[in-house]
Amino acid sequence: MLNYDIVIVGGGPAGLAAAVSAKENGVDSILVLERDQELGGILNQCIHNGFGLHTFKEELTGPEYAARYIEQLEEAKIEYKLNTMVIDITEDKTVTAMNRADGLFEIQAKAIILAMGCRERSRGALNIPGYRPAGIYSAGTAQRLVNMEGCLPGREVVILGSGDIGLIMARRMTLEGAKVQVVAELLPYSGGLKRNIVQCLDDFGIPLKLSHTVVDIEGKERVSGVTIAKVDQNRKPIPGTDKHYTCDTLLLSCGLIPENELSTSLGVEISPVTAGPLVNESLETNVEGVFACGNVLHVHDLVDFVSQEAKAAGKHAAAYVRGGARHLLFDGEDIPIVAEGGVRYTVPKTIHPQRMEENHTVRFRVGDVYQNCYVSVYLNQERVIHRKRQVIVPGEMEEVVLKQEELKTFPNLSQITVKIE
Amino acid sequence: MYDVVIIGAGVSGCACARELSRYQLNICVLEKEEDVCCGTSKANSAIVHAGFDAKSGSLMAKLNVEGNQMMEELSRELDFPFQRNGSLVVCLHKEELPNLEELYERGIQNGVKDLRIIGREELIEMEPNISQQAVAALYAPTGGIVCPFGMNLAFAENAAVNGVEFYFYTEVVGFEKQESTWLVKTSQGDFATKYIINAAGVYADQFHNMVSSKKLHITPRRGEYCLLDHAVAEYVKHTIFQLPGKYGKGVLVTPTVHGNILVGPTADDIENREGTNTTQEGLEELTARARQTVKDLPMRQVITSFAGLRAHEDGHEFQIGEAEDAKGFIDCAGIESPGLTAAPAIGKMVAQMIKELSNAKEKTDFIAARKGILDPKTLDQEAHAALIRKQPDYGTIVCRCELVSEGEILDAIRRPLGAKSLDGVKRRTRAGMGRCQAGFCSPRTMELLARECNLPLSEITKSGGSSKLIMGRNKDS
Amino acid sequence: METRELTCIGCPMGCQLKVQIDQGQATEIAGNTCKRGEVYAKKEVTNPTRIVTSTVAVEGGSSAVVSVKTNRDIPKDKIFEIIQEIKEIKVQAPVHIGDTIVSNVAGTGADIVATKEVK
Repeated sequence: MLNYDIVIVGGGPAGLAAAVSAKENGVDSILVLERDQELGGILNQCIHNGFGLHTFKEELTGPEYAARYIEQLEEAKIEYKLNTMVIDITEDKTVTAMNRADGLFEIQAKAIILAMGCRERSRGALNIPGYRPAGIYSAGTAQRLVNMEGCLPGREVVILGSGDIGLIMARRMTLEGAKVQVVAELLPYSGGLKRNIVQCLDDFGIPLKLSHTVVDIEGKERVSGVTIAKVDQNRKPIPGTDKHYTCDTLLLSCGLIPENELSTSLGVEISPVTAGPLVNESLETNVEGVFACGNVLHVHDLVDFVSQEAKAAGKHAAAYVRGGARHLLFDGEDIPIVAEGGVRYTVPKTIHPQRMEENHTVRFRVGDVYQNCYVSVYLNQERVIHRKRQVIVPGEMEEVVLKQEELKTFPNLSQITVKIE
Repeated sequence: MYDVVIIGAGVSGCACARELSRYQLNICVLEKEEDVCCGTSKANSAIVHAGFDAKSGSLMAKLNVEGNQMMEELSRELDFPFQRNGSLVVCLHKEELPNLEELYERGIQNGVKDLRIIGREELIEMEPNISQQAVAALYAPTGGIVCPFGMNLAFAENAAVNGVEFYFYTEVVGFEKQESTWLVKTSQGDFATKYIINAAGVYADQFHNMVSSKKLHITPRRGEYCLLDHAVAEYVKHTIFQLPGKYGKGVLVTPTVHGNILVGPTADDIENREGTNTTQEGLEELTARARQTVKDLPMRQVITSFAGLRAHEDGHEFQIGEAEDAKGFIDCAGIESPGLTAAPAIGKMVAQMIKELSNAKEKTDFIAARKGILDPKTLDQEAHAALIRKQPDYGTIVCRCELVSEGEILDAIRRPLGAKSLDGVKRRTRAGMGRCQAGFCSPRTMELLARECNLPLSEITKSGGSSKLIMGRNKDS
Repeated sequence: METRELTCIGCPMGCQLKVQIDQGQATEIAGNTCKRGEVYAKKEVTNPTRIVTSTVAVEGGSSAVVSVKTNRDIPKDKIFEIIQEIKEIKVQAPVHIGDTIVSNVAGTGADIVATKEVK
């Protein structure tokens, strides 16, 4: 059995930043386990630019952003294992993993950081009717094939879902020689960044049809066409609005789901809203010494925020390793943060006034488009933040900053509420 | 010259092939698709029926019960997943209790063992997620679940090992009767044979009607299904049927041998014999009906939906036997539910017929046992570790959702009648059958297929034919 | 005089901008709700530029392609010209991040540089 202070499951942006941060915070015995053949995770296939404006103050592509962190990891001499699949984690922090070289092996950790990322919602989960031919890809799978293998998965393309990966792939497929006919989006608004709609669709004359969905897929062996229809307010297709597209490929960009199967079997409590673990201000799950960060915790819009969050997770895990269970060190209660009035969830879910940062960032997402509204924070019944916003959209992560001084001194604080007003 | 040509490499055809391979016969199987198990056999309820449903005295009832009884031993001999989890037919309306009694009586007549009717309390204890409405149920402990691909592949591989030849992409287009033999005309040339076994699923009536004046009629009856994630594996433990009655036939909710929950099927008679598309209405109907028997069924956990076609014969009876006016042409037609259960018995019955007609002698070197693809998850930790030390390919996970290793995928490709496509790999190993539905593993599996089959990536298909996965290289236009 | 409609990319609001153009210059901008809309509109009608990212074939490497980008933004109407120019290029492994693959691509003054290591 191997022994490490901190085992990090996943060597993508979250795992890398968490590892570097844990090292900076005084822990030397760290092991990163990555299932793919290289570090960097999904960044390796995100070859477009736009990463790193917050972290490095310059626009990098995905692989370049990953390389910066990999360099830091190598410089800090942090150990990692590639092509290594974690198959089990127990509550006493025994990690079972496997790869070709080491076979099936166990690692005893003092703390664990979950950084497994997310997966794409599949055609099956979307329940799109029709045949099941070749040529139906999730946008991320197509992205890997095009950007890493140099293979073109199709020539005549329809895209369902206007998430950022779908938009980015519309441009990538176009540049590599495919014809993208249309992007259909079930919702009345796009989940992608405005910049991507302009630079990936408008630049190439690709129409975006909001409130539309795929109602049929044709083709017994390879996709030969799809039918798109307009949907009503309940997202049900409206009869008579069908439009047929002859195409050989359907790409799906319909949402990401945190990959928490390992977390669940370990006993980590999962939020039904984010599908990620419920964590406290230290990004610690209900299982003591098990932390989570990045897209396994909640799906982020920008990798820079993943890195920030992972940095915090690394720091807290290091503190846990050095100082033991934090609940023993501080008195007082965890204060729940309640998401209300359009706010779907917050990360963290609870906050401890003693343990929190001086200025503690709480991230959240909204469930709809809100214009000319306020983001408000209440301590018990008292409003302490009331910030005017022109627009808030579900596709972008939002944040509020709570002040430790304010929370510590607030009399009988029992609840924090974040809402849109 | 063959002694026997079998049309169709589905579960019936392969069961016949395997049983016949015991004899000193020259046998081949003709299949129009790229692989075995590509039609009805791949898309069904994966149930081993107890046998209370079929009409008493029918061939269906007889072969159902026989097949059910053979399943344990066969699954051990041929190494495919089978589990006797028990079936429950749930009665939701007091006034339908007599129907439940009737079903019980029929089961007894059909020779189904250990049947009993249980009350609401016992039912809820057995299945806590059963509908509040449930009043009673027929409990059949002999009901089971099986991997339909596993069983079909096991028959086929074992037949191949015992000398049966398989021809894929070989579509039968006609027959020519010569004196005492037949000429089977196909897309790949003619096959001369003494006997023909017509196990062509939804096409069996077309072939029968080419040689016989006593016509058969088969309707493709489409059934749509939804498959739920492992996350809800324990939602039900038994196969839950709804008692058919004036409120409709209901759909079943059952665990699968691989720890998913399967919901289905609908029943729509269609004309298209390739019409395996799902429909909006069908998928909605499934949810509504399944929730009648199982409360709050977590349909958010659906990972895929699919449709299969039952070969529904007008008289709803298996048509097995030599055509009266076409000597040597043996039908194995109208094999719809409980066809999967009955397959082992069908194979035996047809083999017996051919044996009697041809006076074939048994081989002395018949190999009865077949070993399936090793699933390292079934090993204990020590044996698993030893396996990876010996064969490191088992240490690389390709499909992360179902934890399928490179070693298993290579075995699937290299073994007799090995996989040639993504779906072929999927049916043999479950790679791509999990919650991400091949999103992560398909590029890796494609690479392995390309390497092993010595083909460029652009030639790898999802399911053979023109189901190519890659249409070109970047900037090649 | 011509009028063009644009979507502002300054924030998620996505204001629909109406820009009057006279002799290649934005003379009047409407529909923006903040200063960023004006700046964006001016640039977008006079000199729209983009960073181009794509792949270039690699020979003898661990991967069949390497990801690349223009090392600065290039005029938007040059995108396809650049793609045409890098179409036939094959580089030999190894490739390092920042390696120049093509200098002064399509006469834009920008270079095509590798964005990933290929061993």
